[in-house]
Amino acid sequence: MASLLNKNRPPVFCPGCSHDTVLRSLDRAFQNLGLQGNQIAMVSDIGCSGLFDTFFNTHALHGLHGRALTYAAGIKLARPELHVVVTMGDGGLGIGAAHLLAACRRNLDLTLLLLNNFNFGMTGGQFSATTPPVASIGSGFLNSLEQPMDAGKVVKAAGAPFVARASAHSKDLPQLLERALRYEGFSFVDVWGICPGRYLRRNKLTPQMINENLMNLDSLDGSIAENERPEYLENYKKIAAQLKPAKSFPQIEATWSPPEFCRQEIVLLGAAGQRIQTAGETMCIAGLTAGLNVTQKNDYGITVMTGPSVSEIVLSPESIHFTGITNPTIIIALAEEGVNRRRDIFARLDSKALVIQAAGVEIPASDDRVISLDFKGLQIKKADWALASLAVLAAMNKAVSREMLDAAVNLQFKAGVLEAAKALINKTIANSKDLRL
Amino acid sequence: MKLGLCDGNEALARAAFEAGCRFFAGYPITPATSIFNTMLNILPPAGGVVLQAEDEIAAMGYCIGASMCGLKAMTATSGPGISLYSEQISFAIGSEVPLVIVDVQRLGPSTGSATKGADGDIQFLRWGNSGGLPVIVLAPVDVRDCFALTMHAFNLAEEYRCPVFLASNKEVALTRESIDWAGIERPIIINRSPPPSHESFLPFRPLADRDVPGFLAIGDTTLVRQTSSTHGVDGYITTDPAAISAANERMSRKIKNRVDRFSYAEAVIEPEAKTMIVTYGVTGRAARDACRELKAAGKPTSLLILKTLWPVPENLIRQQAETAGRVIVVEMNLGQYERELRRVLKDKSVEFLGQMNGKLITPGQIKEAVIG
Repeated sequence: MASLLNKNRPPVFCPGCSHDTVLRSLDRAFQNLGLQGNQIAMVSDIGCSGLFDTFFNTHALHGLHGRALTYAAGIKLARPELHVVVTMGDGGLGIGAAHLLAACRRNLDLTLLLLNNFNFGMTGGQFSATTPPVASIGSGFLNSLEQPMDAGKVVKAAGAPFVARASAHSKDLPQLLERALRYEGFSFVDVWGICPGRYLRRNKLTPQMINENLMNLDSLDGSIAENERPEYLENYKKIAAQLKPAKSFPQIEATWSPPEFCRQEIVLLGAAGQRIQTAGETMCIAGLTAGLNVTQKNDYGITVMTGPSVSEIVLSPESIHFTGITNPTIIIALAEEGVNRRRDIFARLDSKALVIQAAGVEIPASDDRVISLDFKGLQIKKADWALASLAVLAAMNKAVSREMLDAAVNLQFKAGVLEAAKALINKTIANSKDLRL
Repeated sequence: MKLGLCDGNEALARAAFEAGCRFFAGYPITPATSIFNTMLNILPPAGGVVLQAEDEIAAMGYCIGASMCGLKAMTATSGPGISLYSEQISFAIGSEVPLVIVDVQRLGPSTGSATKGADGDIQFLRWGNSGGLPVIVLAPVDVRDCFALTMHAFNLAEEYRCPVFLASNKEVALTRESIDWAGIERPIIINRSPPPSHESFLPFRPLADRDVPGFLAIGDTTLVRQTSSTHGVDGYITTDPAAISAANERMSRKIKNRVDRFSYAEAVIEPEAKTMIVTYGVTGRAARDACRELKAAGKPTSLLILKTLWPVPENLIRQQAETAGRVIVVEMNLGQYERELRRVLKDKSVEFLGQMNGKLITPGQIKEAVIG
């Protein structure tokens, strides 16, 4: 096979740069695999490693510092047939560390070459995540205070199934890169090299020294048995093939007439665990069964099972524009947490407003009509008070009729929950007279 | 009639799928997470891909990679995520990557209040990129808009090869409402245009009369080059000032000069009205009620609800405001878009009504501002 190096853009690195030998080794590996340029996407980012994509005649994407792995994953997921090769420097390793860890954990079939030359070449030789503390670099004394990281160790710990370390000057590098390219999963090769333009100005480093330094570390030469597992996209496809298509939007036929042809603003004030949002939804569905326009706005904390839970519902025969509550017609107060969250609305209730209050829940004094209900006396659990309150409204034919409520729970709940909801509605309505204190 | 019950986020996700979106990547954040959830329900069984990113920067990177391979891609976040998207937004603008970016705004500054609404990112969306090239921002008022504008957003991203923002708001995104699905008009789907086949491919050579380069996907037979660096038409780095300014001016022109084609808005102009309310997003709903009540009270007031915010639809605004002497800009922040109205309507008295407390601006507040 022919070289994939770009004849119109011959490689230009500083004289003596290890990147040049890595570039030619990668080209050799491509040739050994018999690849055409359009079977490969070279993905790079900022720094000298970011010159790689221009020197090859392949698909290429050059992006932001440390983010090459993110573009590469998008490309691979969209075009699984491509060999996606990422080059990243030790600068990119530091700034893009989160993406590297994610790539290791994900095991998408990408090949990452870390062109590790122990400093930031392009900006003046500042220290990177791999600079030895004893090196003299462009960041003054700062590198002496920080520990360099062993990228191979890190990616192995993060779950990469193919991890290797090699010198840029190793004659076996093309074969190692070929193995990495062939590997079906995330493969990582930490290639140690020399930056003559910056690092070598104030530090001594030779291919021989790199070999000695590598010898002092545990060998990493490819497959990591404990991390071997199915490739991400293969797995993804397998699981996705079992999934059922998303359901289309449920649409509700208008069957009933609403008890009142005016805008109803209903506020449910409760606590987490009281199924306030669910009852709000029941109210909306009930409205839809009578052809009403509806809106539902919920307010609850980020934590679950604790704190206030509020649902604001508007039912109207007219189009609903403003979704806030201006003149509440019904307030259902089931827990102090909710009442405290919306204390202000009690002040602006008019005399026609109805307040349903669970016995024992204190509400601010107002001139409206208050019905206090003894749910405990009826042995209705706290979690059922909201739905029971809707049943009371249905019994009064206020905002919602019995037919609307029955139709709503039929549409909303699956078997099991449905029977319990129906029983609760029946029980509440049968006892609605006794509920009043 | 049959009615559905749906919130803005779910409608938006459904519309994305209908528009042809087959790739979604996102990082969980309230109040945008249910877009991610809905895409996760829809896409994988339909052969699409959903990825949970390790952070927002990655979410954008995944989308850029997938879009460059020809997939329609979307991501969704809130203000704190837009902050992290910023560098990749600049990339997508300068390298002409079609994308839809949803910002379900929540009360800021910073992490702010996760479950409170706001329109606090309106200038941020416009200017939160390096280089300052124009972007397209659409703002939905309700569930119906979340659906329709999302379809438009994909079309615009494809047609102009740029990121298109949907500036949603918690109050639109998470408020459920009844909706007549049968009554929603859907635009014809637009897909990015390939270059003419008789020419050798240059990734950034504009199509004739379009100011937009023809698109070929990474992974197709012809080699494609993409780069975040300053590039010539061939996709290689250039230092030639003439080539650089030609590219930047073209990218500015391709959107700015064509805003009249996508100036979405809703206007109710009262012939005798001296005052016009200009607003956008969820506040448009309160403004409709306010204007209806003002009219009933014998104080007719005109209303302009802008749904295209960027580029500023200047011609549309001037035209609609022609007969109004006084304009009141109402928005859920301490004054962001009002400066655009002051700039465009120099000869009018432009007033401002806004608040930044997590609460909806009410019809009563708007009426009070009009009556004074």
